[in-house]
Amino acid sequence: MASYEIEIILNRQLADCLSIPVFITDTTGNLIFYNDPAEMILGTRFEETGEMKVETWSTIFKPLDDHKAPLPPEQLPLVKTLNDQHPHHKTFWIESLKGTAEKISVTSYPIIGRAGKFLGAVAIFWETKDL
Amino acid sequence: MRISVKGVRGSIPTSGADTSYYGGNTSCTVVSEKDCFLVLDGGSGMQKVTLPAAVKRVDILLTHLHLDHIQGLGFFSSLFNPAMEVHIWGPASATQSLHSRLSRYLSPPLFPVLIRDLPCQLTLHDIANSVFEIGPFTISSRFVIHPGPTVGFRISGQRSVFAYLPDHEPALGLTGLLKDTKWISGFDLASDADLLMHDAQYTTPEYNNKIGWGHSSMEDAIQFASLATVRHFLLTHHDPSRTDELLNEMFADIQKKISPPFPIELAREGMEIELP
Repeated sequence: MASYEIEIILNRQLADCLSIPVFITDTTGNLIFYNDPAEMILGTRFEETGEMKVETWSTIFKPLDDHKAPLPPEQLPLVKTLNDQHPHHKTFWIESLKGTAEKISVTSYPIIGRAGKFLGAVAIFWETKDL
Repeated sequence: MRISVKGVRGSIPTSGADTSYYGGNTSCTVVSEKDCFLVLDGGSGMQKVTLPAAVKRVDILLTHLHLDHIQGLGFFSSLFNPAMEVHIWGPASATQSLHSRLSRYLSPPLFPVLIRDLPCQLTLHDIANSVFEIGPFTISSRFVIHPGPTVGFRISGQRSVFAYLPDHEPALGLTGLLKDTKWISGFDLASDADLLMHDAQYTTPEYNNKIGWGHSSMEDAIQFASLATVRHFLLTHHDPSRTDELLNEMFADIQKKISPPFPIELAREGMEIELP
């Protein structure tokens, strides 16, 4: 497979240095990298799983609204970014691996390369206690 | 394919007896095949580039526009020859054309002649992750890790491949060079090349104090070449502070530590390499 564009590579290198969970996807939502803090959320290690198809990793999270009702995918920041190539932010709940609901905020942004080409997206998860 | 090295120094030209073996001119290398001439980078080594009288077209491929890669442009005789067709290919920027960025240097007060006043038949080409053909060559350019828009080149001739990445920091990051080659900047350009010419400006301790400057340690460069399974490797972009003696000592040290399964050499001004 061809190497990723440097805009993607540099986003990964940055994510590697951060203590906040960061997920990087390609243009169709396949998870191409997640950093160590994100492993705590996914319950898996990138070294073990490698890249994950969108249909695999999107089922790991159970996003909920304030009434603990399931949140439709099209309302999630990352999905919106993949659809419109704009940044988005939203606070919502996710069902954790332990089965408890946790309030989080997600910021997503598109990776638009030097040539103006849409290359992928980044989602940053913030614990609400940090905000 | 013939590779003629005209300048191997990084950052700023040096001159003097203690750098005379490797040379003090900044980046410039000529690639030729079948009377087609490519000049890679326009560093001060460009003043040493002479073309046969019968040649009526020359292509200049700029990896980026830092001064050590363009300072020889204004002293390249073909630019002043009305009969000469000159094409300059350089990395696209998100904000300004190649013409506009080159004009900053090729205009007063830095240079007495404006681009528009150059007598040659000049065409400028903004390139990105591109593939283009010049004579017998198929050339791939890709953005690589170095401050500002910077590309590396993979030049495929009729029977051989030359990869040229004189300013490149593929090990930038928390854990250095990643082993998964999909995640290595410039890997596609260098993969299985017959000859790779790559940045190797620093020692490892020096690199640790210059992370993000856009250059490589010798060790990282050799590791990059090994992952890319090249057949011959030239280390280039020598730090201006290195004397010939120092370079020889550093190279001897690195060879004690690493012995890849392909020949490695320090690039030297005046080198002529014939690829099959």
